[in-house]
Amino acid sequence: MLIRYITQIGRYFLMLKEIFNKQTKWSVMKNLIFKEIDDLVIGSLGIVAFISFFVGGVVAIQTALNLTNPLIPKYLIGFATRQSVILEFAPTFISVIMAGKMGSFITSSIGTMRVTEQIDALEVMGVNSLNYLVFPKIIALLLYPFLIGIAMFLGVLGGWMAGVYGGFISSAEFINGTQMDFIPFHIAYAFIKTLIFAMLLATIPSFHGYYMKGGALEVGKASTVSFVWTSVSIILFNYILTQLLLGS
Amino acid sequence: MIEVKNIEKSFNGNKILKGISTVFETGKTNLIIGQSGSGKTVLLKSLLGIHTPESGTISFDGRIYSELNPDEKRELRTEIGMVFQGSALFDSMTVAENVGFPLRMFTKDNNKKIQERVDFVLKRVALTDAHKKLPSEISGGMQKRVAIARAIVNNPKYLFCDEPNSGLDPNTAILIDNLIKEITEEYNITTVINTHDMNSVMEIGEKILFLKDGLKAWEGNKDEIFRTDNEAVVAFVYSSNLFKKVREAYLKE
Ligand SMILES: Nc1ncnc2c1ncn2[C@@H]1O[C@H](COP(=O)(O)OP(=O)(O)OP(=O)(O)O)[C@@H](O)[C@H]1O
Ligand SMILES: [Mg+2]
Repeated sequence: MLIRYITQIGRYFLMLKEIFNKQTKWSVMKNLIFKEIDDLVIGSLGIVAFISFFVGGVVAIQTALNLTNPLIPKYLIGFATRQSVILEFAPTFISVIMAGKMGSFITSSIGTMRVTEQIDALEVMGVNSLNYLVFPKIIALLLYPFLIGIAMFLGVLGGWMAGVYGGFISSAEFINGTQMDFIPFHIAYAFIKTLIFAMLLATIPSFHGYYMKGGALEVGKASTVSFVWTSVSIILFNYILTQLLLGS
Repeated sequence: MIEVKNIEKSFNGNKILKGISTVFETGKTNLIIGQSGSGKTVLLKSLLGIHTPESGTISFDGRIYSELNPDEKRELRTEIGMVFQGSALFDSMTVAENVGFPLRMFTKDNNKKIQERVDFVLKRVALTDAHKKLPSEISGGMQKRVAIARAIVNNPKYLFCDEPNSGLDPNTAILIDNLIKEITEEYNITTVINTHDMNSVMEIGEKILFLKDGLKAWEGNKDEIFRTDNEAVVAFVYSSNLFKKVREAYLKE
């Protein structure tokens, strides 16, 4: 069991190496990258915006409802919304959701290519199929931090709207809270995490699709397994990175 | 010329190829025949390096595949065209994009030149109005022909076809067989074809390798196959009444 995991992890790193081995012609690669940006990043804008806005709102309302002590200042609602959205909700929570959305898309599309021999066809022609399939996803997901940036903004905006229009706090107080004790390194921390999650999102689902065996049924199973491993890795890396960057 | 020496391949301890040696000649259509499950596809994929055989060597005009470095392997592969049993077209690309793919990947040709070449090969496989369709929008037989067009578009030195005319009507099947034979001779290609279609054997069987239970059971050409007394071959070839009659006619001559 343990040996199987270790060989899998070894294989994953060998795959990473192979992705960068022999590059596909730029004129072809360019189009692949644009297509992945469209599928992965642009295609996720809607759901990310929707979730961030409403979860930001809920965070603000929950904080407001729990601040029953009149001695605690109201602007903490803004502060708490900002902290939780920027530090955890946008980078981590959205990434776990993306492990489901982008991840299953990546695993099933590459897995289908595997079972219908399209990957063999690429290899037989002399194409480095890993580079051809995975490299454009990695490059496209370098734009993932923009997606998370939007999630941060909309999350705080949602908090502001829910707070102000729900009558919990005045606009000025909320904004005051969002600007309080601002630590610039927190933004850096959030985006470092995001970039690492982006690489996990591009490569782990690709790994599960690329090395799958079997037929259509197994493509479905591979997508599920891929979601589990991608989200587990995101959560683990989140813990490690938080300890490394903010701890001590 | 492709020389195969003593190829063995197993899956999960199950030996599928049990030591096969043969020579596939240049400028000829070499056929691999045998029952379903006899290992034809596995042999073809082992030749292509999709499966790695446990033992034995495969040499492409003197280049021994297992001794090449990754770059040399890729280089060799750009000289190979392959038609998969299930066509293996890229389903996100149109027919024309599929056929033009090897050219876009490996040549410096401009779009106009690529388009002309794509038109030319699609015409040769008798497909002239499917350029803009996706693989999912055309019939299985048409997919096969697109796969053949894609395999020959970049003038390969080696052409591998896994049942190129299964699923085609008799007319188109003969057209495809003859097309493969024609281009094999015209460009002096080493062509290897998997088939269990006896019509193909009669039409284009210049060299025939008969596989049975992972072994080479017989080898010869299309004239010899109708005269041989090899039991396995006789049982395979004359399972149909039509060919029993053909054999009788042959033997009377
Ligand atoms: N990837 C694989 N893993 C395990 N077993 C395999 C694999 N590929 C083929 N086999 C086994 O090898 C044997 C030969 O299969 P192969 O596909 O070569 O048959 P074939 O001669 O091409 O048959 P057909 O005419 O039906 O295409 C079969 O018993 C099959 O189960
Ligand atoms: Mg087969």
